[in-house]
Amino acid sequence: MKFLCIGCDTVMDFTERQLPGDGTFAAVFSCARCGREVAMLANPMETQLVASLGVRIGGRTLAEQPMELVRQQLAEGRDDAFVEPAPASRGAIRWSDDARQRLANVPGFVRGMVKRIYSDYAAERGISLITPEVMDRARADLGLEGM
Amino acid sequence: MARFRTYNEVLEPTGAKVPEQVRAQLERLARRFSAIRHTVIVASGKGGVGKSAISANLAAALAAEGRRVGAADADLNGPSLARMLAASTAPLAVSPNGVAPAVGVAGVRVVSMDLLLAADAPVRWRDPGHAGFVWQSTLETGALREFLADVDWGALDLLIVDAPPGTDKLQRLLSLVPRPSAVLLVTTPSETARHVVARSISLLRAAGVPRLALAANMAGYRCPACGRTEPLFAADGARRLAAATGVPLWAELPFDPAIAASTDVGRPIVLEPAGSPAADALRALTRRLLTELREVDP
Ligand SMILES: Nc1ncnc2c1ncn2[C@@H]1O[C@H](COP(=O)(O)OP(=O)(O)OP(=O)(O)O)[C@@H](O)[C@H]1O
Ligand SMILES: [Mg+2]
Ligand SMILES: [Zn+2]
Repeated sequence: MKFLCIGCDTVMDFTERQLPGDGTFAAVFSCARCGREVAMLANPMETQLVASLGVRIGGRTLAEQPMELVRQQLAEGRDDAFVEPAPASRGAIRWSDDARQRLANVPGFVRGMVKRIYSDYAAERGISLITPEVMDRARADLGLEGM
Repeated sequence: MARFRTYNEVLEPTGAKVPEQVRAQLERLARRFSAIRHTVIVASGKGGVGKSAISANLAAALAAEGRRVGAADADLNGPSLARMLAASTAPLAVSPNGVAPAVGVAGVRVVSMDLLLAADAPVRWRDPGHAGFVWQSTLETGALREFLADVDWGALDLLIVDAPPGTDKLQRLLSLVPRPSAVLLVTTPSETARHVVARSISLLRAAGVPRLALAANMAGYRCPACGRTEPLFAADGARRLAAATGVPLWAELPFDPAIAASTDVGRPIVLEPAGSPAADALRALTRRLLTELREVDP
């Protein structure tokens, strides 16, 4: 899919992705010539179709994780199917109580991967306390629908 | 009506980076295969003819003689290879290099949906719109790609891929394993099997797969009381199929309850000391495969 600014005959560039957390996603495209912005709003089925391909509209800021698609998409995975590597000593990253609670709601099958991704995200940005807001931001940045 | 450029006339990048990501997935797959000498698909088209039992026996026999062997269970919805090879059920370790395969009998490296699913759970995918069938096949292809590309197989002499039944599934598998060293088609002497496997042969030939072979399973029943071997099916479909298509018949394997019993307990019969005709036939099939792949002298 491409967005063309008809007046400028210019292809609009991807600028931002948003995941409101209700199974939908939005991708913002803008015209570099006139500055016009459009938001592509995808319904849950369209969102799922893109996710099924294992791609992120707008590209990835985080490399694809091993078996990421299976881990994100399988509905009834075994809780202890995978073990993640012990986290590198990345200073003291703490989780707020509500962030911890939200992580606990993630299915065990994929929780290890999610936890590591959020921890890496925080470490890379010098964030020492993971809160639900940090998780929201990371989710949109990383394109992690449903986590 | 305003005239504006069509999709194919717009050549500038959009920043959505979707084709790049798909390409990266395929590159990862190719990188993984570059460390695998031979990929052998065990398929049929027909269900229940012994693909998994033969896959397990081939993998075990090859590993037992010291070869580095992987076994990928491509039958996502009817996984059986992990049990047949007694693969460890310990959690699979994830590293930047991929997911470590489970280790089964004789050191075979195994990946199967069976290792990932909760007990007795079927394969079901997340389904926000209650229209999961729309993307089911996309997800299955993606899962299969990850089974091959995201597993830290290490360097392998052989990767045995146990295919699911159905010629459509075989086609999907070929899109991910475009250059298998061989495809072993398991059939039985029955007419039904002959017709289904003939379709698979056409499909594989059209795809340009260079080395096709047949294994006729359940080709006779040895009476344990009198020791005589009688045909199990009235027809002789496998030989007819070989003659009609020119696909070589690499093995005729007898029906032997010990094959089922041994795979059920995760100890393929080829690992037992010589003596049983079934085990001998499976070992001969293993030799034939290695000979055809020029891994041993004929
Ligand atoms: N030659 C044989 N003698 C006796 N039992 C056999 C023989 N070959 C296979 N079996 C048994 O028959 C059953 C079906 O075989 P298997 O599961 O290997 O078939 P399959 O082709 O993989 O089936 P599916 O299409 O469901 O994947 C298994 O219990 C297996 O152990
Ligand atoms: Mg099978
Ligand atoms: Zn414009």
